[in-house]
Amino acid sequence: MADEHKHIDPLTGTATTGHEWDGLRELNTPLPRWWLWLFYLTIVWSVGYWIVYPAWPLLTNSTQGLLGYHSRAAIVDDLNALQAQRGPMMAKLASASTVDILADPQLIDFARAQGRVAFADNCAPCHGAGGAGARGYPNLNDDDWLWGGKIADIEQSIRYGIRSGHDKGHQGNMPPFKDVLKPAEMSNVADYVRSLSGLSTEAGADLKAGQKIFADNCAACHGDAGKGNREVGAPNLTDKIWLYGSDKATIVQGLQQGRGGVMPVWEGRLSEPVIKALAVYVYGFGGGEK
Amino acid sequence: MSLWQKHAIFEKNSIVLLLGILVMIAVGGLVEIVPLFYLKNTIEKVDGVRPYTPLELAGRDIYVREGCYLCHSQMIRPLRDEVERYGHYSLAAESMYDHPFQWGSKRNGPDLARIGGKYSDDWHRDHLRDPRSVVPGSIMPGYGFLENTDLDYAHIQQNMKVQAMLGVPYTDDMISRAREDVVTQDTADSPDAVDLAKRYPKVNARSFSGKGGRVTEADALIAYLQKLGTEVDFKMYDDKANIR
Repeated sequence: MADEHKHIDPLTGTATTGHEWDGLRELNTPLPRWWLWLFYLTIVWSVGYWIVYPAWPLLTNSTQGLLGYHSRAAIVDDLNALQAQRGPMMAKLASASTVDILADPQLIDFARAQGRVAFADNCAPCHGAGGAGARGYPNLNDDDWLWGGKIADIEQSIRYGIRSGHDKGHQGNMPPFKDVLKPAEMSNVADYVRSLSGLSTEAGADLKAGQKIFADNCAACHGDAGKGNREVGAPNLTDKIWLYGSDKATIVQGLQQGRGGVMPVWEGRLSEPVIKALAVYVYGFGGGEK
Repeated sequence: MSLWQKHAIFEKNSIVLLLGILVMIAVGGLVEIVPLFYLKNTIEKVDGVRPYTPLELAGRDIYVREGCYLCHSQMIRPLRDEVERYGHYSLAAESMYDHPFQWGSKRNGPDLARIGGKYSDDWHRDHLRDPRSVVPGSIMPGYGFLENTDLDYAHIQQNMKVQAMLGVPYTDDMISRAREDVVTQDTADSPDAVDLAKRYPKVNARSFSGKGGRVTEADALIAYLQKLGTEVDFKMYDDKANIR
């Protein structure tokens, strides 16, 4: 066997592995030396890792390593470093009320920068990247607020959500009227609702009857004039802003099955300064009320 | 002639080679896997984690069936940017009742480990039907058929029995009521919801389709998603206690 290893292939001048299969031999091309030594070096390097990082399992715990590294300790340090980096501004944001923040231009800038990032990640999936909303998800750029557009109102909506199940969250939804109103009645009241904002009504619609139905069933929340009620999140029906759509079919659908969009609770999920930053950011979209 | 030269024995006898492979893998397993079952710093008991309700379990099966794990991870790593974006890093105990776990290894879409409660049921429905209707830049395919397909939960009890065999503490009571529990959880204001919450604390019981009636695959999937990452109360969780 030892002799076979010395067998040199005459054509290439390279040693063979010594194996032979029906006269075929396999060249034993050596690994490049630089590669081989690097490989040995990585093995030596790994010994260093055993020593400084947690590595070997023992009877009850693993070796801890000289550096005392722990990924869970590392993330705590990282987050602390982040806090330190964001520094006193973040602390100010945490302690100041949103009203105070709006009085301090420097804090507003900081809050908006924070809010912009948090909005993109947490709010944009429903309200759109620029807060323009979508069908069923309110537009935050306009001045038409379901639950109030003062900074405190916005903060409360973010913090506790809407129909979120949280005790302090906004409650109240539009009940389904499919067992209350007949189809013809729904048709009439839908036309009446459209007429409130000056939209065309279907030929032959009995607006008088619609008005009566509205007064009996809808006015309790939407108000006699259909101006809405922020206490219960009833939208203003006299403006041109529609959450689900202004066409008659959509209004009738809303009457049949009711409406009640849900906004989740953000307290607990987002930190205190971030919630305030979001409120300030949304307030600054243009529709914020004094 | 050293031992090194004996490789011909392995190369010429397949059974010997097979045994050799077995021994090698067994060594690897002993060193790398077995210690994880007893080492102090790899085991952590956490309050609040409960087994999936039958509806959530069925939703989880839809999640696996549709291959959601191919694009979505359920593993927030202890890294600053991940914790900033997704919330507290995932704990091993949070997937202790996952057989198999859905940690995933690819994030074409965002991590879902803490998706529970982040968006409304309406949003999930809109998003499953047509992701681009709510997230214009999304590359996720639509799963609108889920809300048009009735959930097949004929085998939910067998499913739970297998989970119980794998170590999930489903009681006989839970298993025997599984089929009713599916309907109860997907019903708004069900009188049985209180009873359900005794078996499965903090359960979300409501009509996930928003309109009641039949239980669809989308309902089950949304019930599952709305539960993800919500069990552990991190206000009560001591990060430092588990550094050991």
